[in-house]
Amino acid sequence: MIKRSLGDNIFDSLNILFLTGLMIVTLYPFLYVIFASLSVPSELVKHSGILLWPKGFYLEAYKLVIKNHMIISGYKNTLIYVVAGTTLNVFFTALFAFVLSRRDMYWKKYMMMMVVVTMFFSGGLIPGYILVKNLGMLDTRWALILPGLIATWNLIIMRTSFQAIPYELEEAAKIDGASDFRVFAQIILPLSVPVLAVMMLFYGVGHWNAWTGALIYLRDRDLFPLQLVLREILIENSTTDTTNLSTSTGDPFLGEVVKYATIIVATLPILVVYPFIQKYFTKGVMIGALKG
Amino acid sequence: MKSELKLAAGRSGQPGKSRINDYFAMLRRDFKKHKYLYFLGLFGVSYYIIFSYIPMYGVTIAFKDYSPVKGILGSEWIGLKNFTDFFQSFYFWRLLRNTLIISLYDLLIAFPAPIILALLLNEVKHTFFKRTVQTITYLPHFVSIVVISGMIVDFSRKAGLFNVILGWFGVEAQNLLLDPSLFRTIFVGSGIWQGIGWGSIIYLAALSSIDTQLYDAATVDGANRWKQMLHVTVPGIMPTIITLLILRIGGIMDVGFEKVILLYNPQTYETADVISSFVYRRGLLEANYSYSTAVSLFNSVVNFMLLIIANRISRKVNDTSLW
Repeated sequence: MIKRSLGDNIFDSLNILFLTGLMIVTLYPFLYVIFASLSVPSELVKHSGILLWPKGFYLEAYKLVIKNHMIISGYKNTLIYVVAGTTLNVFFTALFAFVLSRRDMYWKKYMMMMVVVTMFFSGGLIPGYILVKNLGMLDTRWALILPGLIATWNLIIMRTSFQAIPYELEEAAKIDGASDFRVFAQIILPLSVPVLAVMMLFYGVGHWNAWTGALIYLRDRDLFPLQLVLREILIENSTTDTTNLSTSTGDPFLGEVVKYATIIVATLPILVVYPFIQKYFTKGVMIGALKG
Repeated sequence: MKSELKLAAGRSGQPGKSRINDYFAMLRRDFKKHKYLYFLGLFGVSYYIIFSYIPMYGVTIAFKDYSPVKGILGSEWIGLKNFTDFFQSFYFWRLLRNTLIISLYDLLIAFPAPIILALLLNEVKHTFFKRTVQTITYLPHFVSIVVISGMIVDFSRKAGLFNVILGWFGVEAQNLLLDPSLFRTIFVGSGIWQGIGWGSIIYLAALSSIDTQLYDAATVDGANRWKQMLHVTVPGIMPTIITLLILRIGGIMDVGFEKVILLYNPQTYETADVISSFVYRRGLLEANYSYSTAVSLFNSVVNFMLLIIANRISRKVNDTSLW
């Protein structure tokens, strides 16, 4: 290593300082919400300034959130969409990616063309809505699962990774009399566990965070996913529920804290699994980047 | 075997016809050989036909007076009326201006931000620190836009966190989301906050693929770190930057309605209402299907033209292009 100049040292220090600042700016809003959600409402309201620790310690808000029937049904619905949706997504994406990764199939290139065109053109919001309506899927769970069954970008990532599997393996199996089904099930899939995991995560987090589909296609509140329930509580300020609660428990500022607790309850699953799954996402982005 | 016989028979007939026959024979053989694959492909193909191509056909309602009772086919053609209505309406310039300004802010500030972060991270030699920065800055990408917007709404309240911090600088507290002049800053700023880390991954991937020998050679030639960054690192990731820039320009009219409709309110429509949020309101809330489809078609056409122009310029100037 060559000698480091004074300029190098100054740059390195400033760089570390800047990046540390960026980390604080990224994390603090979440910490603030966590601290606020654990604070005693009346003290939180009196306090003005940033929070470095909860004001007192208070769990009532969390108790109210996990008893809220809309939150419970939102959680349940979101789990259904995540599990059923992701399973179908990954299955059909893998199946089509397998077909598109074959070498000597004549119509493959037309199928591929048909797929790529959709990356540049789409019908848009209204024709999509009319289609779902005409298919009779309004106000059904299918409306949140079928229209996004195959995400083209994910399909291409998967196809790229299937194509990277050495052809000799497949050829050997075919000589031994394996059908295309068996090649798919016994050679391609077992060798693609990492990319399948990445796809599950992409689709899974997508379903967890999705809300516009529900906004557009659902009227029935019993089918609402968690994010749409959150929108009502956090954005539309339908604090009717929470203010009622406040008056019943006698603390006029409870509603505020309940909001913070709601954010935490809704985000916790992502925050908890995030450190473990982060590197797989990165991998997915890399595979996608190679293609592009 | 049978198809080969047919192929031979075809060849002996008239020349024009035989080529077509050859083609069909070849297709037949291909179908037969890959019958399972074609069967499996049928699922994917039907998905794309139903959920992508039928809506594309549905765009024709932009030129019709669509009524749900008559259906898409049965509704009357009205030519370009929806388009001229839109171009002459009060909304046209406002929506175009808002969409373009937000998008330009995004292009000028939010686009370079992850590149700069990647370059800075690349200079960090301490692996653990680098990993930590990455892990933390990727985090907001995974949090839903509803939660992020909920936090923004709360922090923008008169007693909210943003106002507390602005108060340190002597700014008077107000509900920031009710001020039309602040909407763009909040919208683009929160977008950078949420996307900077995740956006840097792709550049970090490009950085890691630069040949280290280039750096050695530059050091031998006496280049300091700044010079190395300028002449080795930046040219190394240029193709990635250009590719993403072309795609970004092709999406310049796409300011998604999700975050807009979560953050705007009638008081800020003046600066906040963009094409996609207008389409959502007019189309879905007011059931004005044909008109809003025309607006969104106009949007896509402009985007596609920009994509083609950007790609063409880049091919001439840089030899980098999407196709």
